[in-house]
Amino acid sequence: MAFGPHLLLAALEGLVQAAVLALTALGLSLVFGVMRVVNVAHGEFFMLGAVLAWGVTTAVSGHPALGFAAALVVAPLAVGAVALLSERLVLRRLDYNPEATIVATIGLLYILQQAALTFYGPEARPVVPPFNIRLQLPWFGYSAYKLSVIGASAVVLAATWFVLARTRIGLVMRATQYDREIATAFGIPVERVYAGVFALGAMLAAVAAVLIVPISQAHYLMGADPLLLSFIVVIIGGLGSLRGTVVAALLIGLSDGIVSVFFSPTLAKIIATLAVALVLVFRPQGLFGQAAR
Amino acid sequence: MPDALRLTDVDAFYGQIQVLRGLAFELRAGEVLCLLGRNGAGKTTALKAIMGLVPAAAGSIRLGDLELTDLPAHEVPKAGVAYVPQGRRLFAELTVAENIEIGLNARKKGPAVAESVLTLFPILRERWRQRSGTLSGGEQQMLAMARALCLEPAVLLLDEPTEGLMPSMIARIRDTVAELRGRGVSTVLVEQRVDAVLPVADRVAFIENGRNRETVDVARLRAEPELVRRYVGVG
Ligand SMILES: Nc1ncnc2c1ncn2[C@@H]1O[C@H](COP(=O)(O)OP(=O)(O)O)[C@@H](O)[C@H]1O
Ligand SMILES: [Mg+2]
Repeated sequence: MAFGPHLLLAALEGLVQAAVLALTALGLSLVFGVMRVVNVAHGEFFMLGAVLAWGVTTAVSGHPALGFAAALVVAPLAVGAVALLSERLVLRRLDYNPEATIVATIGLLYILQQAALTFYGPEARPVVPPFNIRLQLPWFGYSAYKLSVIGASAVVLAATWFVLARTRIGLVMRATQYDREIATAFGIPVERVYAGVFALGAMLAAVAAVLIVPISQAHYLMGADPLLLSFIVVIIGGLGSLRGTVVAALLIGLSDGIVSVFFSPTLAKIIATLAVALVLVFRPQGLFGQAAR
Repeated sequence: MPDALRLTDVDAFYGQIQVLRGLAFELRAGEVLCLLGRNGAGKTTALKAIMGLVPAAAGSIRLGDLELTDLPAHEVPKAGVAYVPQGRRLFAELTVAENIEIGLNARKKGPAVAESVLTLFPILRERWRQRSGTLSGGEQQMLAMARALCLEPAVLLLDEPTEGLMPSMIARIRDTVAELRGRGVSTVLVEQRVDAVLPVADRVAFIENGRNRETVDVARLRAEPELVRRYVGVG
């Protein structure tokens, strides 16, 4: 293949990565931004979404699109419910203490992982994509499903932006993020906001997982990579910044796609890690983050 | 008329450290009661205890017939108590409009309430879409007061509203307090300097070490300025 088309192919692969990564990282970033909780179990919510997607698509008979549509609804809702439960039983009891919640979510990570191992098993299982169409470009054929992942992710990102920036619920979330105490003094039930944000963050990861699982596979250990990459994206983009998250996910996803195709996946990881180090040294608040107040 | 707000023997702690020690005072309906005391006396903590932001370990805080210490903190504003915190504490990243909206949302007030509040602070209209963190100190204080007044509160808590402002702005804030008093708002005004409150206060409670040493009418305070020296050091 000539260089141009090869680059295009790599960029498309990178965009698919970036789309899923942006959703996952946004969930992590929202939870940290609003609640000041570093959710180490975030990748397990992603894994749970993928595993549940496998469960739902297997249970639903008929056209694969039917099962997939069901998974797209059921998996995020179920993961959101698990998140609500964890928030109530664990985070709230620790009063959202930043250090204690790190340790507690590490515990949650193992609980969810072992639960998946117990009930789902150690196998990696594929999920049938909802449709199997190849778009014939002039230079190569490309999966229409992969393109639709990019589109779906863009839609969810835009919807999240709209909620945050343009609705009353978003305003309440931002006010809580900036000053929990004063938000309370203005009638905002902070604990309910936190519960909602934690569930929303987990659901974003679950949606990302459902979208990607027909391309990759569901496995009980699959949460580690999205967690690590989400941290990288959040550090580069700046905490609590939606724009920063999207831009950083694009940077990481694209460079990962392109560098992996032309050089090696290892070099791509080295570059991402180097980028984090550079950002931490020269712009610790991230590209789009606000300096600490 | 019954008291608007009554604190009885309120204790409050930060961890192990006791800050309020049997604090008691009453706010009469329609008056401006000033809490005067040195830095660290517990004035801010008293207001936070009223708002439920610091739990009252003992004692009672009544808003009319309602026991505020029984409510979760976010219900206190809904009951009609509005808070203008020390240092303004605006949502600095949010616009003026959004800060006002948060005030309105607290008690589900409509835009008509904002309109009426903004007649007191017309300058805020010109800043409407600006991030509130970019306002001048005086404008920020006005926004903090406007945000609170959007609750149409029965009781207003003002914590050092003139702190760090230019003299002209101090006079404006004072005029606003007087104007609100005319509209029947009962106000607790926290200050450190007596000259800042004499023109607007009805009574002054001297707070020392988390206790109310004495509550006096402003008329008596004018006659006996040595009271101020006794409780606050410099007049
Ligand atoms: N968040 C806090 N944690 C621990 N101690 C505090 C806290 N806030 C205030 N204090 C202490 O409580 C005492 C009363 O403080 P405060 O109510 O702010 O006084 P004032 O408003 O009269 O200056 C002071 O000794 C202060 O150091
Ligand atoms: Mg104070």
